[in-house]
Amino acid sequence: MSVVKFSGDTSCPVTPHLNSGCGFPAPNAEIFFLEPYATLNIFGMDFVIGKTSILAALVSIIVATFFLAAARPRKMIPGKLQSLGEQAYLFVRDQIAREVIGKDGDRFVPFLGSLFFFVWISNLMGVIPGAQFPIMSSLAFPVALTLMVYGTYMYIGMKTQGPIKFFTAAMFPPGVPKAMYVLLAPLELLQLVVTRPVTQAIRLFANMFAGHLLLTTFTLAAYYLISPSVIGVLGSVTSFGVTVVLTGFEMFIQGLQAFIFTLLTAVYIGGSLHAEH
Amino acid sequence: MFNIIAAESEVNILRLPLDELIIGTLAFGIVFFALAKFAFPAISKTLEARADAIEGGLARAENSQAEAAAMLEEYRAQLADARGEAANIRAEAQSEKIVMIENARGEAAAAAASVTERAQAQIEAERSQAMASLRRDVSELALTLASKVVGESLTDDARARASVDRFIADLEVEAAK
Repeated sequence: MSVVKFSGDTSCPVTPHLNSGCGFPAPNAEIFFLEPYATLNIFGMDFVIGKTSILAALVSIIVATFFLAAARPRKMIPGKLQSLGEQAYLFVRDQIAREVIGKDGDRFVPFLGSLFFFVWISNLMGVIPGAQFPIMSSLAFPVALTLMVYGTYMYIGMKTQGPIKFFTAAMFPPGVPKAMYVLLAPLELLQLVVTRPVTQAIRLFANMFAGHLLLTTFTLAAYYLISPSVIGVLGSVTSFGVTVVLTGFEMFIQGLQAFIFTLLTAVYIGGSLHAEH
Repeated sequence: MFNIIAAESEVNILRLPLDELIIGTLAFGIVFFALAKFAFPAISKTLEARADAIEGGLARAENSQAEAAAMLEEYRAQLADARGEAANIRAEAQSEKIVMIENARGEAAAAAASVTERAQAQIEAERSQAMASLRRDVSELALTLASKVVGESLTDDARARASVDRFIADLEVEAAK
């Protein structure tokens, strides 16, 4: 019996097999830090050109091109592409903007639509063969989006309600016993300023991170265990089956998380537009 | 177990590299620019135009329906008019017919009456003629008879004639009684 080597052992390949004598390469956080292809120095700043940044650019091009192409025909009886674009637009307008914000939500449809489709396609990159890396599992991306969302609803709140009224309205919700404000006011302020943006970013990041980790684990296991033995076949087939099921589940989560991210943005914008009375 | 220790020492999943923040912002910015500036306004306008077209079509359909209904109403009114007119004409004809029949009947009755009158007059004339001739004949016969009885001619005697006439008149009175 050969000595079991850990996958951290440099003599083991990146994706070892059971027969190589290497231990199961349980995926860890390292799989989220891919080797950069190149580093670009622009104005004294290093831009890492890696899988994540290339995928982000790709997503950006795909979403922008799709909507520009879908908006171009402008026919009364739409073709398939135009119809799809219109349905996507109406989904954001009717299910998110008007549903959550109300009639004055129409002017936020471009922002909400950009968020939803950018996040969704970024997430989808986690299961698309060849890409197989969800961009939002890199914390910087959800944070970048959340900062824009945060800036937007903070600005709108202070503009429509007044810079002081915006905070006091959030800190002193009506219909609460006066004494409770001692406890409630700081919590509400913390909620508005810190908790909301942090949770919004981390919810998206953590979901994509965990999903990718899970998928990688079972994909690697399916390969690691494949061997002409009963346990090998059973384990490999089971792992593969789980991978397939998880991929479907993951696609559902990807859409759901994009929806939740956008929906929360709409809720926050709506709260900034109309203070609770 | 090696890996996890290594992971903890080497990588931090919560790190926020500035270049990725900028790339993320830029990537989103491109999408937002394309959608907010071009795609969504165009889609929104197309949807509005379509809604307008559909609503316009509906309005047009409603118009033509109302027009058709008005026309139908007009036709019905015309038909009713025509029917009324026909009924009038029929009634007029009926009354005209009655008048004509009445006229004809009157005329016929008048003609009949005149014929009867004429006939009566003729009968009367003939009767009086017959009466006169009878009276003359009878008086002549009576005179002849009387002269035969009396043995003298009474023929040209005016007195004799008058007495015969009186006698006949008496007879007539008797007969009338």
